Amino acid sequence: MAILQMQRINIFALQKHSKALLETLQRAGVVEIEPLALSDSVFYKEDSSSLCSGYLRNAALMRNAQEVLESYIKYKKSLFQSLKGRIPISQEEYERCAAKANEVVKFAYELINNQKRIIETKAKIVAAENKIESLIPWEALDVPMTPQSTKTSRTVLGSFAEAIDLETLRLRLADILPDIELCDFEIISKDDKQTCVFVICRNECYDELMSALRKLGFSLPAVSCKTSPKEAIKDLKADIASYEKLIKAYEEEIISHKDKISMLRFFEDYYTMKADTYAQLENLSYSPHTVVLTGYIPKDKSEKLSKLLFERYDAQVECEDVEGDDVPVVIKNNKFSEPVEGVLLSYSPPKRGELDPTAIMAIFYYIFFGLMFSDAGYGLVMSLACFIAVKAFKNMEKGLKRSIKMFFWCGVSTFIWGLLFGSFFGDAVNVIFETFVGKEPPNIPGITTPIWFSPTLQPTTLLMFSFALGLVHLYTGLILQAVNYIRDKHFFYAIFDDLSWILLVSGGVIALLSTDMLSGMMNGFKLSSEWMTVGGIMAAIGAVIILIFSDRNRNPIKRFIKGAYNLYGATSYLSDILSYSRLLALGLATGVVAQVFNQLGSMFGSGAVGIIVFILVFIIGHALNIGINALGAYVHTNRLQFVEFFGKFYEGGGKEFTPYEVKTKYYNIKEDI
Amino acid sequence: MGLFLAILGAAIATFMAGIGSSIGVGKAGVAAAGTLAEEPSLFSKVLILMLLPATQGIYGLLVAFLTLQAVGVIGGGAGEISTVEGALYLAACLPIAFSGLFSAVHQGKCSVAGIQTVSKRTDTMGKALIIPAMVETYAILALLISILGINGIQALNL
Repeated sequence: MAILQMQRINIFALQKHSKALLETLQRAGVVEIEPLALSDSVFYKEDSSSLCSGYLRNAALMRNAQEVLESYIKYKKSLFQSLKGRIPISQEEYERCAAKANEVVKFAYELINNQKRIIETKAKIVAAENKIESLIPWEALDVPMTPQSTKTSRTVLGSFAEAIDLETLRLRLADILPDIELCDFEIISKDDKQTCVFVICRNECYDELMSALRKLGFSLPAVSCKTSPKEAIKDLKADIASYEKLIKAYEEEIISHKDKISMLRFFEDYYTMKADTYAQLENLSYSPHTVVLTGYIPKDKSEKLSKLLFERYDAQVECEDVEGDDVPVVIKNNKFSEPVEGVLLSYSPPKRGELDPTAIMAIFYYIFFGLMFSDAGYGLVMSLACFIAVKAFKNMEKGLKRSIKMFFWCGVSTFIWGLLFGSFFGDAVNVIFETFVGKEPPNIPGITTPIWFSPTLQPTTLLMFSFALGLVHLYTGLILQAVNYIRDKHFFYAIFDDLSWILLVSGGVIALLSTDMLSGMMNGFKLSSEWMTVGGIMAAIGAVIILIFSDRNRNPIKRFIKGAYNLYGATSYLSDILSYSRLLALGLATGVVAQVFNQLGSMFGSGAVGIIVFILVFIIGHALNIGINALGAYVHTNRLQFVEFFGKFYEGGGKEFTPYEVKTKYYNIKEDI
Repeated sequence: MGLFLAILGAAIATFMAGIGSSIGVGKAGVAAAGTLAEEPSLFSKVLILMLLPATQGIYGLLVAFLTLQAVGVIGGGAGEISTVEGALYLAACLPIAFSGLFSAVHQGKCSVAGIQTVSKRTDTMGKALIIPAMVETYAILALLISILGINGIQALNL
């Protein structure tokens, strides 16, 4: 319900304690450290960026090693992984694990090397396979592929890029080579695209033969082997087999370290934390033997922290209250309204000195959400799911827990509105009784019949109710602005800017209520005609105040013109109020779509097939409806808060408190203070 | 003839709002898939933004359902209704048909922009969600008039 008092904290300690002290602060997570630059001959800054990047490298190494493990081993991943949060570990456990740092770094390198070896070996297999591919055309050759020679003759191997037979080859050669009789040709293999040829010729005609062959498009083979191709292929195949065995061995080696992933995760966190600490070291000022640190801390934590730091590190701690726009903002609320803090912060944290509207917003938030979602069954499902999630996952992250608690309360409100409007999974109970039991459903107030009224039958009543709620919401916004003015001792502003509008709008509403126009929508309710005058007078007073006082310019003409412009803002009040009609529209949407699904489900009669179809349609349909309408209710509740409500009074723009804390992925080491 | 006009109205409300939502969700879906390629962890956030323009289609369905119920096609008891009454139902269906179509398309554009915002700065989710919701206001207003219209026609006892 309030913005916490903040204190400036200055910590003086011996330099030898600086890292341990920072680690304690990190685990406590209650101090936002500010960079401190003392322009002094005694103090200096220290550059720790190289150490910091070293730790970051190690963290990345751990990440890579985990990826290696994950690529060979399928780790079970729970559906609710994101709800689980980080595993808390104690200080002792942390230190016990941290002692293994060198060992784990070595292990991570080995793991990554193994992976590299696997990749290299796989590349070798591919190379060998390619070689086999290119040797296959030569398989029929029974001598080695390297050129052979005797005293008088030598061999040539090569291919033509076409299908060619021995006769044609000889004929073509005969044209350009006179001594063709001195050569002998043999075709090793032949297909559409290539003909492999083995040639023996006398030494003296070798050069001529070669130039002649080249003219015909002859090319030397790209592969060669010292043994005959057949044997070479056999050898290569044996090689591949041994490579595969090797890969298998490496893989088994990696898989044997299955359990070490938690170690790697721990050390990824460990090095990330170390890197954070070393990054913070740059924000400190050093003298030869001491360090100075400055930052912000919420007042309620400062005493305990000071004591702790003094006991552990002999540190001298100074705390003093601070105010000002630069001071970060922490808000604190009770259990009921704390969950909507996230909504407020996502808009903007309150400015220092401004009222924290969370508690008041929470009431409207739950009411509006419930009204838009308005189904007892859906509310029950939502609240139960949130309740179970919070109870089952103790280590859930704070922000997530906050949202889930918010939806718990929204669900409670939805449940209540659902009972009031007689909607329980739409008209599920009625449909089930009519279709499957064949008699009138029992009268259960809230579930088969509405406790208050049914919005589908009386939409205008709900419309009027929505507008009324909207008026209350808007007035609350104006009153909060008045409270802010009064806190700042601007009593008259509260009358000029807030009371004036309340008078004008209320007057208008009263006047409207005494006309015939609205009485039809209000079930014949109508104020007597005297109220017309009352409303008119109220509105007139309000309008005059706005015209004259809403602008505080000294120049009377400017003031009057701006006042008139502000008065024109009355149209925005009209649109603001009409905007609350979404409460009706979205509420109806939920209820009617639920009824549609129930009807669809009951179309197949009361037989066995009918029951199965009904159950299927019921589950899928209502799950869909919950999803889409909960989203709608959430978004439009936010909109009503942000635009209509906050627009009236809330400035925001405060700096959010971002304490120096443990920012890890898997483990959480915390010291509660 | 009256019945035909009423069902025509229900049909127009469903398919026009449906077309709008399909275009809107489709556009947002393309952007969402692109974002997921770079940042798979944003799935839930991106999905929410992507689904925002889906509501218009549901509003169309809602109005169509109310119309069919009013004329007795759903729930039984479909009697003769006069041409004038049928035409009135048709007219009551038009606001959500047109408003749904256009607001869903433009809400889709806002959602695309919102998805890009979230992909660059995850912490702006709350704000990115509100901007497309502004466009939806007009679909909601149209839905309201359609519902009130259908409800009013029933009360006329033509």
